[in-house]
Amino acid sequence: MASEFDLVEKSRIMDAAGMKRALRRLATEIVEKNQGAKDLYLVGIRRRGVPLAERLRDKIEALEGEAPLYGILDITLYRDDLSTVGANPVVNRTELVEDIDGKTIILIDDVLYTGRTIRAAMDQLMDFGRPKKVQLAVLIDRGREHRELPIQADFIGKLVPTKQNEIVKVMLKEFDDVEAVGIFERP
Amino acid sequence: MTFDSGIRNPQSATRNLLEKPFRRRDLLGIRDLTAAEIIGILDTAENFSEISTREVKKVPALRGKTVINLFFEASTRTRTSFELAAKRLSADAVNISVSSSSVSKGETLLDTAMNLDAMAPDCIVVRHSSAGVPHQLAKVSKAAIVNAGDGANEHPTQALLDAMTIREHKKQIDGLEVAIVGDILHSRVARSNIHLLTKMGAKVRVAGPGTLVPEDFRHLVENGLEVCTHVEDAIEGADVVMILRIQRERQDAAYFPSLREYSIHYGLTNERLDLARKDAIVLHPGPMNRGIEIASEVADSSRSLILDQVKYGVAVRMAVLYLATGGATVNG
Repeated sequence: MASEFDLVEKSRIMDAAGMKRALRRLATEIVEKNQGAKDLYLVGIRRRGVPLAERLRDKIEALEGEAPLYGILDITLYRDDLSTVGANPVVNRTELVEDIDGKTIILIDDVLYTGRTIRAAMDQLMDFGRPKKVQLAVLIDRGREHRELPIQADFIGKLVPTKQNEIVKVMLKEFDDVEAVGIFERP
Repeated sequence: MTFDSGIRNPQSATRNLLEKPFRRRDLLGIRDLTAAEIIGILDTAENFSEISTREVKKVPALRGKTVINLFFEASTRTRTSFELAAKRLSADAVNISVSSSSVSKGETLLDTAMNLDAMAPDCIVVRHSSAGVPHQLAKVSKAAIVNAGDGANEHPTQALLDAMTIREHKKQIDGLEVAIVGDILHSRVARSNIHLLTKMGAKVRVAGPGTLVPEDFRHLVENGLEVCTHVEDAIEGADVVMILRIQRERQDAAYFPSLREYSIHYGLTNERLDLARKDAIVLHPGPMNRGIEIASEVADSSRSLILDQVKYGVAVRMAVLYLATGGATVNG
């Protein structure tokens, strides 16, 4: 199997400053659409949705003077490809400490591609309770033509039309050396 | 008897250790596992433990998979624990106990196994009074085999849940001093725990009546095992005191004069426990014989983690079923 080291970066579509601006705009749009931070519950999808959700929480708190609730989903056990991916993938912890009933959930992920991760996240959320609404925020949307399920984002950092053989990688200081988004390709 | 670890392709199983720990198909014993594989199972189990705290205690991970609990020996706790683990992962669990099986009608073990196999289960959890039965099943069955206790040989998920309990309270196992007290000879729990704890870097001291400490354990001394004659020597300074049940059903001879005498010399009382470290914890695999191997005052104290062990047992078995049915490296 190809590892990350085999990938060649074709183009850089966002740098650290651009990511900061995109997140600031996402935070503004989220509080605007939901008229404040009351009953907002940000839920980051592991792995890269988690630091993005933390940053959005801080920005929303700065804007509204009130921090939204915050949690983490690990969707591994809800994947629809568990029986086909070979050895079962590593499971991490889901952390939804506060009750989600009646809350407005903002699901947060780095890249929206086929929509299957979001389907798994929504199924898992429903096992935790009955939120009032669920909205989706992503840093990068690779475009509707890749979607395999009827799922769209409510808040988009940047829409980047891509080809199927390309890989969009969101790099965050929590996991990588840099803060950037790049389009990669296998050589 | 040779113990097949169930690995058809041992090289690839070890090569991927760090990125994908525990890639074996079967869990037959702790003896076959490396420290990295043990840590991989424990980490997975810790992440599974949260599921049992949810209002909806179920995830769809093993939907459509079938787990057969094949128990040739009486068991309530372990069988229930495996059954709950399978059901919380959405697998279909079927329980077969010896009284209702065709074994009592004269069928051989392997015929039973092959008949079950023909129904295409994904995993067979087996408990048997003879050592090596899970290993034999692993040779003929297409399903993943999980050992739920084979004779006096091993009880790997018990050692894993003990390790999880220790990790939750002591953060790490490396460097701890662990006393295992009681009927070591008949105890698969002791065997699995000694393998696990020494692999993970603990110092293990065993103590019990001379007749109940097997001679073949003395060769494990180089791995950090110490055999003590007096229970006080084992407990002194220990971080963990593990008490074993007196297994009267396995004792075919008089290994000690009387239960009362055993209790006087080896029972864990508050006075004996005072020899251990102040923050020492007490484990017992259950079912307890109160007043024999453990005094009620100890069993009911805050240092006793017996119910934590039961709680973590479900998480450990969820992790084991998840990893075993995930299709390991068998045939690439």
